[in-house]
This record gives sequence, structure tokens and C-alpha cells, in this order.
Amino acid sequence: MFMFISKRFLQLIPVFLGATLLVYFLVFATPGDPIAALSGGKPMAPAVEEALRAQYNLDQPFWIQYGLYLKSLVTFDLGQTFSGQEVSDVLGRAFPVTARLAIMALAFEAVFGVIFGVIAGMRKGKLFDSTVLVASLIVIAVPTFVLGFVLQFFVGVKLDWAKPTVGVGAPWGDLILPAAVLGLVSLAYVIRLTRTSIIENKNADYVRTATAKGLSRRRVVSVHILRNSLIPVVTFLGADLGSLMGGAIVTEGIFNVPGVGNLLFKAIKAGETPTVVAVVGVLVLIFVLANLVVDLLYAWLDPRIRYV
Amino acid sequence: MSENPTPEIIEPSDGARNTRRTGKVSSRTIEHYVAPLEETPLLAVDFVDETAEPQSMWSQAWRSLRKRPLFIISAFLILLVIVVAAFPQLFSHVDPTACRLDDSSETARAGHPLGFTLQGCDVYSRIIYGARASFLVGLFTTIIVVVFGGVVGALAGYYGGWLDAVLARLGDIFFALPLILGAIIVMQLPAFRDNRSVWTVIITLAAFGWPQMARITRGAVIEARGADFVTASRALGLSKFRALVNHVIPNSLSPVIVIATISLGTYIVAEATLSFLGIGLPPEIMSWGNDISNAQTQLRNNPETLMWPALALSITVLSFIMLGDAVRDALDPKARKG
Repeated sequence: MFMFISKRFLQLIPVFLGATLLVYFLVFATPGDPIAALSGGKPMAPAVEEALRAQYNLDQPFWIQYGLYLKSLVTFDLGQTFSGQEVSDVLGRAFPVTARLAIMALAFEAVFGVIFGVIAGMRKGKLFDSTVLVASLIVIAVPTFVLGFVLQFFVGVKLDWAKPTVGVGAPWGDLILPAAVLGLVSLAYVIRLTRTSIIENKNADYVRTATAKGLSRRRVVSVHILRNSLIPVVTFLGADLGSLMGGAIVTEGIFNVPGVGNLLFKAIKAGETPTVVAVVGVLVLIFVLANLVVDLLYAWLDPRIRYV
Repeated sequence: MSENPTPEIIEPSDGARNTRRTGKVSSRTIEHYVAPLEETPLLAVDFVDETAEPQSMWSQAWRSLRKRPLFIISAFLILLVIVVAAFPQLFSHVDPTACRLDDSSETARAGHPLGFTLQGCDVYSRIIYGARASFLVGLFTTIIVVVFGGVVGALAGYYGGWLDAVLARLGDIFFALPLILGAIIVMQLPAFRDNRSVWTVIITLAAFGWPQMARITRGAVIEARGADFVTASRALGLSKFRALVNHVIPNSLSPVIVIATISLGTYIVAEATLSFLGIGLPPEIMSWGNDISNAQTQLRNNPETLMWPALALSITVLSFIMLGDAVRDALDPKARKG
């Protein structure tokens, strides 16, 4: 088990290095000057410009810059924003909010996705199944920001069931609506994945055996079929955690959630390249770690998978 | 047994039958335990129409597709979008750029069925003229992704070895960056930010979309490369590369076509999302994403200016997803039977 974890961990390192290098290269090696963005495009005193270049290590060759950037990511000493705040402080405030939002969205899509997927799969071709299929297609087709605005307008403003925007400190209750919007598209995918997987498995021999030995239908469905159908769903959910964290930009913008996405988007708009690169680096790290957790979950779901 | 391996043809004589009944097997004759022909008559089920044209997988899929309502509806809608994108002037006589502030946020009236935007532009004609940019982004992103991702995936899957390892890791790196996040980073680069056009959006989306296609193609090619017909074509003297082009790729195309159709829709959504964030298409290009983005400030006073372009966008995307679903069902013989 320990061998497996360390092996998978080592495999993640090239992915992490590559992804951060890609971002860093894109941002710093392309034409255009991050320092010019800091001054708003106005001319700057040469001495100030020199000092700023040294502060963001822009006077160093590319590989040294990248090395220093990696060091800052690992030690979580991410430098300063243009307004002089520590990036790690800003991120430390925004991160719990986004984490809460992403976890709520993930729980929402996992619970409802699996329940609807199982019911639809067990009743393939019936009314419930077709309704769920059509509804999920519609949810996939409508862009998240349209869904966000529509739900904010109807649920938040017209019906007044939930707060249309998130208040100070982003309490759990305020995040219900944004989390639902964030998880809705993935919910559609989870439903479809679970349904397909259930349909594949429900006529398997072991299901007949379980029924034949007298187990209740509830137990057959919830333990035998479901557990064997969950592997593709878990894979999807794991990969989705990363994209929820990164993809919360739109949702956080609509509902004014003070999270990582909001921070990132403001930094991008202001041209705060060091902040952008730092935040993206942290997001990539979360994404690859989430994939590692998924790998570990496989063994619990399917004991045939051995860690060697 | 004789030295000559030529099989001996045994007439089902009375003698042979008697031998079998009594259990005495002659040492010379080879006994065939096959029921005589008259006991197993040819049934209608076994009948093969030898004059029928052989059907390829594609023609079978097409026959099955033609009967599906889902396919007919989605194909019709997609055709409509293509015609609108190509000839918008056929559908609207109102100039979408002729906006009068007198008409700001006016409701529908004769000749302007969907009302006006805040700037006094005709919503209907903007939707009609906006179809082109959205559709072009979806189409060209998909073409680039299929060609590039397809070639990379096919080479990796077919040749394997170090090429596969390198390309798989490369794909993993791109996978670690979600599409929208990566696209946001690229679109805000000065080189892209200052030259925003349909093409910068296409290149950006394609840059983060190809690994998915490469993965799908790779899987399909690995499945097809071990097939008997590939071995046979190699045995007949076809070079390894010719076998890939002539036999492996044509037989791995179906998942690629399905995913390409579905992702065409998702690229249209991605373009709209980028435009919504203000870093997609430049504001002077009419697109559904830009119109939705402009309408968001007016959501509480005039939600219709947001709903109509959003509806057009969603129906287009839905058609591509439904088409992909229908094609998947048609190309999958297992699904067709059930």
C-alpha cells in the first residue's frame, strides 16, 4: 500500500512540473511585459522598474525564474500582489470559501447524481429514465453562466428562497445556490455515467446469484450493482473536484463569492501575472492530488485491484 | 490411418449407421459423428441472400440513424444553424448594427419580434447574425482538435513504446489544467489580448481540447490494431504505416466522430463563457456569448435580452449533443440490438 502510494506520488511529479512549466512559460515567455501592466502602461522610472524586475525575479534567465517559482510554490511563499499583500494571505482567505463551495457542489452532484442515475438505470426506457435523460441534456447544453443568472433571478430574487448573493464570510447557507449552480452541469454527467454503468451491470451473473440466494432487491441494488458500477463515477468525481475549484470562476463571479476563482479573475483582469501563476500552481497541485485520492478509492470499490 | 491426409469422404451408408449404433468403430474408416443432412434441414434462419450488397458499418449506421426521431430533429436544427450562419441576410432584413437609443430596452413590436437591447439594437437580428461567429468557433476548434488530437492519439496508440509514454504524459499535463482556466490564462496573454479575433479563440480552445481527442483516438486505435484484419493486411505485404492509414484508422473512427460532435457543442459554450468573462471574442464581433454578456447587467429589468440569445445558444448546443448521442447509438451494434 505504501509502495503504491509513493509510486503514484512519484508519477504525479512530472505532471505537476509540466503543467506549472506550461503555465509559467505561457505567461512569462510570450511577448508583453508584466511590469508594464503594473504601471498601467505608463512610463516608469528606470530605477523603479529595475527594482520591480528584481522583486519578481524577472531579471533572471527563464530556467532560474521557473526554479524560484517552484520553490515559492513548495514553500508556500508566493510573493506579493501588486497592492502589496502577501499572495499566500489572500489565497489563505479565499481558499476555504472555494473549498467549501466545491465540496458542497461535489456532495450535491454525487448524492443526487447517483440516486437519479440508479433509478434511471434500473428503469431503463421508462418515463423517469427518459425525463432524466432529456433534462440532463438540457442542463449540459445551457451554459453555466446562463443557469447561474436564471437561478439567481428566479430563486434568489423573484421567489426569495435563497440569498441571491453571498454575504461576508460566505456562510454555508449562502453557498447553497452557488454550489447547486456549480454542480449542476457535472450532476448531468454523473447521472448519465451512473445510468450507463448500472445498465451494463444489472444483468451480470453475480446479480442473478445475489437475487437467487434470496437477498432483498434493495440490498442487491445498493450493495452488489451499485458498488460495481461506481468506478467510472468516482473517476469522474475526482477529476471534477479539480475543475470545480478552477471552474468556479464563473459561478463565483455571478454570486459574488469571495473565493479563489474571483481572486484569479480579478488578478487576470488587472494583469497581476505573479498572482495568477501562483494561484494556478496551487490549483494544479489540488487537481493532481484529487486524482491520487481517486486511485486509492478504486481499491475500496474493487478489491480485485491490488496495490503493487 | 493412411499416409495421405486427404480426408476420406464417407457416404452415410447403412453399414456406417449400424456401426455407430452398435458402438463398434471400424479401425479403417474415420467416423464422422455428424447427423445426416436430412435430419438437420436448412431452416429459413440460415438462409443467406447471396445477391444482397454487402453493407459497411457506416451504411448500417446510416440506415439505423435515418429512422431515429432524435437524429432527424437534431440534424434539421444543425442544418438550420448552418444556413443561418452562412446566409444571415435571408432570415432578417434588419441591420443588427443599426441601433437607435430611442429604442433602448423597448419590447417587441412589428418587424422586431424579440424586442431591443439596452443599446437599442434588434435582438432577433443580432441572434441571426451572431450565429456565424459561434458556429465558426465550434466548427474550426473541432476540426483542429480532431486532426491534431487524432494524429497524436493514433500514432501513440499504434506505435506504442516511448512515443506513447511521452505523448501520454504530455496529455496528462494539459489535463491538469481545466479548459476554461487554461483558456483564460492564454487569452489574457498580451499577444492574444491585443489581437482578439475568432481565430485566437479557436487556437486557444484547440490548444486545451486536443488531449481529450488524443486519448479517445489512442484507445480506439489500440483496440483496432490487434484485430485479425490488420494482421491479415500486414501478412499481405502492406507496410506498417499503410496498415494504420488504410485499416486501423477507418476502424477507430466511430468514438472520435461521437466525441467530436458532442465537443463541437461544448466549444460553443466555452466561447460564450470566455466572451461572458470579457476575454473571448472582441466586442465588435457579434456572437451569442457577447450578447448574453452585454445583457447580464439588464437581467432584472429586461431579462428577455438575455434569454433569447441564451436560448439560441442552448438549442444549438443541444442539437450537437443529441446528434452525438444518436450517432453513438447507431454506431454501437450492442446498443442497437437492445
